[in-house]
Amino acid sequence: MSKHLCKLFGLTIIAALVLAACAQPTPETIVEQVEVTRVVKEVEEVEVTKEIEVITSGGAVKVLGVWGGTEFGAFSSAVEPFTVETGIGMAFETSREQVTVLITRIEAGNPPDLAILPQPGLLVDLAKMGALVPIDTFIDMDQLKKDYAQAWIDLGSYDDTLYGIWYKGSLKSLVWYSPAAFEAGGYEVPTTWDEMIALSDQIVADGGTPWCLGIESGAASGWPATDWIEDIMLRTAGSDVYDQWVNHEIPWTDPAVKTAWEYFGQIATNEDYVWGGTVGVNSTYFGDSPVPIFEDPPGCYMHRQASFITSFFPEGVTAEDYSAFPFPEIDPAYGIPALGAGDVLVMLNDTPEARAFMQYLATPPPHESWAAAGGFLSPHRGVSLDIYPDDIARLQAETLAGAEVFRFDGSDLMPAAIGAGTFWTGTVDYVAGDDLDMVLETIEASAVDAYSE
Amino acid sequence: MEALPASISQILNTLLAVLVGVGGVISLYVALDFLIRFLPKNVQQRIRPWIFVGPLLLILAFYLVYPTLNTIFLSFLDKRSESFVGLKNYFFAVTNPAMLTAFRNNLLWLVLLTTFSVGLGLVIAVLANRVRYETVVKSLIFLPLAISFVGASVIWRFVYAYKPADVSQIGLLNSILVNFLGLEPIGWFVEKALNNFALIAVGVWLQTGFCMVVLSAAIKSISGEVIEAARVDGANEWQLFWRIIVPMISSTIAVVATTVVINSLKAFDIVFVLTNGNRGTEVLANRMYKEMFQFRDFGRASAVAVILLVAIIPVMAVNIRRFQEQEAVR
Repeated sequence: MSKHLCKLFGLTIIAALVLAACAQPTPETIVEQVEVTRVVKEVEEVEVTKEIEVITSGGAVKVLGVWGGTEFGAFSSAVEPFTVETGIGMAFETSREQVTVLITRIEAGNPPDLAILPQPGLLVDLAKMGALVPIDTFIDMDQLKKDYAQAWIDLGSYDDTLYGIWYKGSLKSLVWYSPAAFEAGGYEVPTTWDEMIALSDQIVADGGTPWCLGIESGAASGWPATDWIEDIMLRTAGSDVYDQWVNHEIPWTDPAVKTAWEYFGQIATNEDYVWGGTVGVNSTYFGDSPVPIFEDPPGCYMHRQASFITSFFPEGVTAEDYSAFPFPEIDPAYGIPALGAGDVLVMLNDTPEARAFMQYLATPPPHESWAAAGGFLSPHRGVSLDIYPDDIARLQAETLAGAEVFRFDGSDLMPAAIGAGTFWTGTVDYVAGDDLDMVLETIEASAVDAYSE
Repeated sequence: MEALPASISQILNTLLAVLVGVGGVISLYVALDFLIRFLPKNVQQRIRPWIFVGPLLLILAFYLVYPTLNTIFLSFLDKRSESFVGLKNYFFAVTNPAMLTAFRNNLLWLVLLTTFSVGLGLVIAVLANRVRYETVVKSLIFLPLAISFVGASVIWRFVYAYKPADVSQIGLLNSILVNFLGLEPIGWFVEKALNNFALIAVGVWLQTGFCMVVLSAAIKSISGEVIEAARVDGANEWQLFWRIIVPMISSTIAVVATTVVINSLKAFDIVFVLTNGNRGTEVLANRMYKEMFQFRDFGRASAVAVILLVAIIPVMAVNIRRFQEQEAVR
């Protein structure tokens, strides 16, 4: 009996295979898509005036991002009200190798519905590839312009078309320290680079180690060092030269660039200044590096890092135990600009559920939910500052939204071969003791190649 | 309004796929056999093997042959596979400093991994042959083979972990250095003189078990009379090893060695997880991965892949030929 069933089943499969081989693939017509867009837009315009209404009953969106652990937990909580209201679930896929996974799935014709990208450079690359769906067709652009500064809208666009909405922002130009440790040592918060170096010398003289610096991060090792160099670049050469550097209008071997690296080297290549020496800098995971601040006696006193680092502080550390001062000015002419970054939500599959999700993330509630949990800043102007858990976060949010000079993290804007490649490995080599000119020439050689696209 | 949670529908999909897949393949063969019955008897005999092997050949052609040909084709195109650039990608592959470092490292892996895996495997096989607790020893040495490359790399990441001198060490090696030998801890992945060898050691740990098991079987197949006769003639253990055992199992050693050579050219996971090719540890497979997925230069990635393929083909040919010789002898 089972043999007969098998036979029947097998014959069916053969028949199906033959039919599938002979069938013509149906080409998708772009015209059709546009028409659907128009129809849906009418429905959505009604929606925007009310609270988000149910337009589909159930369904799900597939989102690909780099967040795991606490970050993922906070994001899930932020999105839950959306699921409760609309019945649309979120299937979140975490991958630190996001670029690899994303490219593979796009090439395979199986992209996730949405992706959360930590780099505008990646957004541009994907938009050039044609992998992203323009969102200005269904997002209320007038409301968006009120909620976000033009700089953030530009960062989410390519070729004058909007592709992404910025969700999580971070301020990078911060130096974290323990006020209690500073008081115990009689140290004062520095306001200029020279004061900061003098403070470092003072700590060394007292027998301590001034700086916590760890740049190990697996395949991304070196990225914290690139943040240092970008912050310094803004302060020694100004934002115009910074822009030229990011766009490769000046070479990596330019004196302005070399000076920024040398400032960084003053701290990073100085064995006495950094916890664990230069070997420690290259061997310590970035998330573990601020931990010695909270030891007794402190293993190190200062840690320059973006605002997200608070979620990496040890258990039991509360907002009273730490504070941050702005990365000090170097050249008074350039003052204290803000270096920041963020995560942008982009759409790869145009589905009604994905649209609803995107629209939800453009409203304040998901921003406020994560902001209240801590370790999150929002570039959204509609988010009230009271929602942040402590004064430091509030100050950072204000700075992010209102800095006179704001620049996005440089390595995230450069092509991947540099910004996620030779720039990172260059800093690792420089810290390990390689000659700076050689390091810069190596990066320059790969830049000539990468920017010639 | 209650949508099935995504995870449950995924599980159901997977179960369905397994059922349909496994059941389907079995049914397919039963059905094919049934269809063949309609043909005349002599045709049946000739066609049957081809029909049974057919699906497999098709799959191999689709998943192995086509991608290989496609990769070779792409290696002559540019970054986005849009225009023909001739040998430019190959030129880059043999002149770029990072690529040259990768070539050097692959050579190091090839020579050192093979020498130490086969050598250690041979020594352990010979020695284990003489002790009562042979099975225990062999099981322990063989165990790492069951661990994935990535799993092994995570284990060894902790063995090589570095903490500054005045903090308690969490890495096994640095702990021995600091606590027992009173030396400074070493950044195993950072020191250019040591990091390649540290990575190759992980590979040796993984491969020795395989070498040992195969060589042990070969040693046991040497007839006891030969060994007896040699001992009677006055050979000491050293001479026994070099003049009797090794020559008699030389073809097995060749097969094992070529297999390890092929594995050494595959080295990727260990380098990727532990150092990502930083500080001069990059190998060709990592280079290919970076070019493909990080820098998104499809032409160069294909060129590196083709170079790896060309490097492996002679080794594979030797391996297969020796293996067939071996089988004929048995």
